[in-house]
Amino acid sequence: MAREVPGLEPMGRFIVPKSVERTLTNGLTVIALRRSSVPLVEVRLRVPFGSAKLSHPHVARTGMLAQTLFSGTPTMSTVDIAAELQVVGGALSAGVDPDRLLVSGNALVSGLDRMLGILGEVLTDATYPADEVATERDRLADRIQVAQTQPAHLARAALLKRRYGKHPYAAPTPRVPQVRAVTASRLRELHAERVHPHGAALVIVGDISPQKAMDAAERALSTWDGGGKEVVQPPAPDVVPGPLLLVDRPGSVQSSIRLILPAVDREHPDYAALQLANLVFGGYFSSRWVENIREDKGYTYSPHSAIEHSQVGSVLLLATDVATAVTGPALVETLYELGRMATTPPKEAELEQARQYALGTLQLGLSTQSGLASLASTYAGFGLRLDYLVGHAARLAAVTRDQVAAAAATYLAPAKVLAVVLGDADRMGDSLARLGPVERTTVDEGTTV
Amino acid sequence: MSRRARTKIPATTYDVERLTLPNGLRVVLAPDRSAPVVGVAVVYDVGIRSEPQGRTGFAHLFEHLMFQGSESLEKLAHFRYVQGSGGTFNGSTHLDYTDYFESMPAGALERVLFLEADRMRGPRLTEENLRNQVDVVKEEIRVNVLNRPYGGFPWLKLPPVMFDSFANAHDGYGSFDDLESATVEDAQEFFDRFYACGNAVLAVAGDISVPEATQLVERHFGDVPARPAPVRPDFAEPDLSAERRDSYADRLAPLPAVAAAWRVPDPIADPTGYLPYVVLAEVLTDGDASRLVQRLVLRDRSVTSVGGYLGFMGEPFEVRDPTALVLQAHLPPSGDVDKVLRTIDEECERIASDGLDPGELARVQARMATHLLRDADAVLGRALRMAVLEQQRGDASVLGELPRWLGEVTEGEVKAAAAALRPDRRASVEIEPGASGGTK
Repeated sequence: MAREVPGLEPMGRFIVPKSVERTLTNGLTVIALRRSSVPLVEVRLRVPFGSAKLSHPHVARTGMLAQTLFSGTPTMSTVDIAAELQVVGGALSAGVDPDRLLVSGNALVSGLDRMLGILGEVLTDATYPADEVATERDRLADRIQVAQTQPAHLARAALLKRRYGKHPYAAPTPRVPQVRAVTASRLRELHAERVHPHGAALVIVGDISPQKAMDAAERALSTWDGGGKEVVQPPAPDVVPGPLLLVDRPGSVQSSIRLILPAVDREHPDYAALQLANLVFGGYFSSRWVENIREDKGYTYSPHSAIEHSQVGSVLLLATDVATAVTGPALVETLYELGRMATTPPKEAELEQARQYALGTLQLGLSTQSGLASLASTYAGFGLRLDYLVGHAARLAAVTRDQVAAAAATYLAPAKVLAVVLGDADRMGDSLARLGPVERTTVDEGTTV
Repeated sequence: MSRRARTKIPATTYDVERLTLPNGLRVVLAPDRSAPVVGVAVVYDVGIRSEPQGRTGFAHLFEHLMFQGSESLEKLAHFRYVQGSGGTFNGSTHLDYTDYFESMPAGALERVLFLEADRMRGPRLTEENLRNQVDVVKEEIRVNVLNRPYGGFPWLKLPPVMFDSFANAHDGYGSFDDLESATVEDAQEFFDRFYACGNAVLAVAGDISVPEATQLVERHFGDVPARPAPVRPDFAEPDLSAERRDSYADRLAPLPAVAAAWRVPDPIADPTGYLPYVVLAEVLTDGDASRLVQRLVLRDRSVTSVGGYLGFMGEPFEVRDPTALVLQAHLPPSGDVDKVLRTIDEECERIASDGLDPGELARVQARMATHLLRDADAVLGRALRMAVLEQQRGDASVLGELPRWLGEVTEGEVKAAAAALRPDRRASVEIEPGASGGTK
């Protein structure tokens, strides 16, 4: 006999931890929050790193800069930096994308001063020693070569090229010949030009009073140079609809299906409704798309659709990898579910389920030091603070079924899809061509901007 | 390099209440009211090593079937109830255990306990769901192993070189043939044998009060029929007496790679013997100041990356005997695997004979403490780790002890561990690259 599923206790009022914020005289914004669950501290430093135009040598240099930022200072070698951080249970690393340079780290909370001290020395005085640069050039080149054999990487590259044309977002991955040409002196130039505090944000989260964290940041980073130039990123080009791009990867045992749709930024009035529409469609497991192509048809393991925000635009990305033989049928089901979203409103129960999920996962996202630090840092990059989430939670709670239907009609319409399929074109048969116009290309052509 | 005083590793104590229900279910409650969220983990003492011959991949396939409906729940209901409560869920299959878990706002605790209890009483095993999930698992294997370079390297590729018995050596993802031959009867038998409540641990961590949570656990799990845990087979195998090497071609891989493993003492029966290897793996590979990164990556440039860990799935405190210390390295084009292995031997001998630099052990121990604390910050991470520690070591509160345990490992013990990583005890597997690789 079936038992009754227990109900839910109401979710508590949505509370965001209080933060302390200060802008140092050099222009660096510092945001500090306390979470005392474990005796650690997390730091995130986000430095704007956008480009005015697409330049492969520049992309290679930014990639190499992230790779070698911690390779030396006048007083410390790569090994010294890593060892000194380990002494306080710490580590720092850097990554770069077309929008920003991001330094991430953590340590025992007693080591915050030391970690920020090392970070300050690196930001002011990184030397990019020629030997280390040579080592990292080869390592990065090898990593890119490996990435270029990964279907997920290739499919994304083809999709970004298709969406962004000649915009800097079209080619975020450095190319090997340009990486090989990067010199230590060019990295020092790039550092002087771009690694500066104006517009940058440092977030500190941990088992420490925000005031103390703030003081530590001021001690360590207020002498970081405030010079450097501003870069204005060009707006993303309009989407130009076109045929499905079929990227032939002979020997593939799966087809990587990637679709891109328009989306809006976090402050747009449609955003909460779009977020819920996406959840109902394919943004979580209990969605129409996943229940259809995975749990009903068994075409795939992990279909997923998500809104990605970049500095100059947001997109909705759909990704699924399916058995080659069902490429056509899987695309049909995908377009069918998008079409259903765009033309008929979701059921009340579907909307409530998505709403609960959106609100609950907001709370989960704030429940760890690293989660808080990453969220606060990302939001700071978009000029937002964590209290944005209070308003956003209220908006999610208030969205109506009509608003979700309207957002789905505007943003999830199959007519607006740009599609890329990467796989063994000859083994897919002609089922894709029966669905609409197809343009076939090679991996090299499809992914090279 | 500085000779600064060693950083004090903070003592950590997590609140832990442990109880056993009359039906044999062990329960761990770890209250932490610092955020309004809860993590729930149910861990069954069965994994890849326990699956029957001819049924490779079955433990994992069965994990999928545990999500396909249960006594009171239709297919899809589990997912919808968890996510519709604002929560997330998943499950995963390991060598020695299988876990099922959720994290969610605190107000959903009772519902989630109900969902876990319902499938502990019995999943709905149907032919249709089985065929559907065989298809899903095949796509999982394609996306994670067959359609990408270095798929399953080295966790699926090294055990068959190191071990002889089916239990330890076979492919835990499974062959398509075995997966396709699985039957509903196999699944029912597997559930009856291994998914007894006496073979499970439930852990709840986060925003709970112990008395209320105890009441909820008793309400929902109290009438799960008592079934004793099966006798766990002995998976022991003798150590290697001679070096073993293997290689295979990976048609998608552009660059060579190698992984090597050495048997280590029993993680549970002999913690004193085991812990030095956990520290040694980090001394060798954690960050730019580690021995092998300094030597192989930065000095010789004979590898582009190197990593090291305990257990083939990288879980030092969630694995039973027999297990191994594993090192893996990716090489540049036309890299020399023999030379890399020889250099690793040299560096181990150097530690064995010269010991560690001043401060080296302390800084590695400090970093390991950070890693352990960081994993325990999330309520779900805390629940999962505690559940497995309770199951394998009989005490969830060990989680708070681990930083101290690692901190007590001595230089002498690390030297002795390094001395044991000899080539004649080594199993290794090499990838011969088959892809030309791009040059763009």
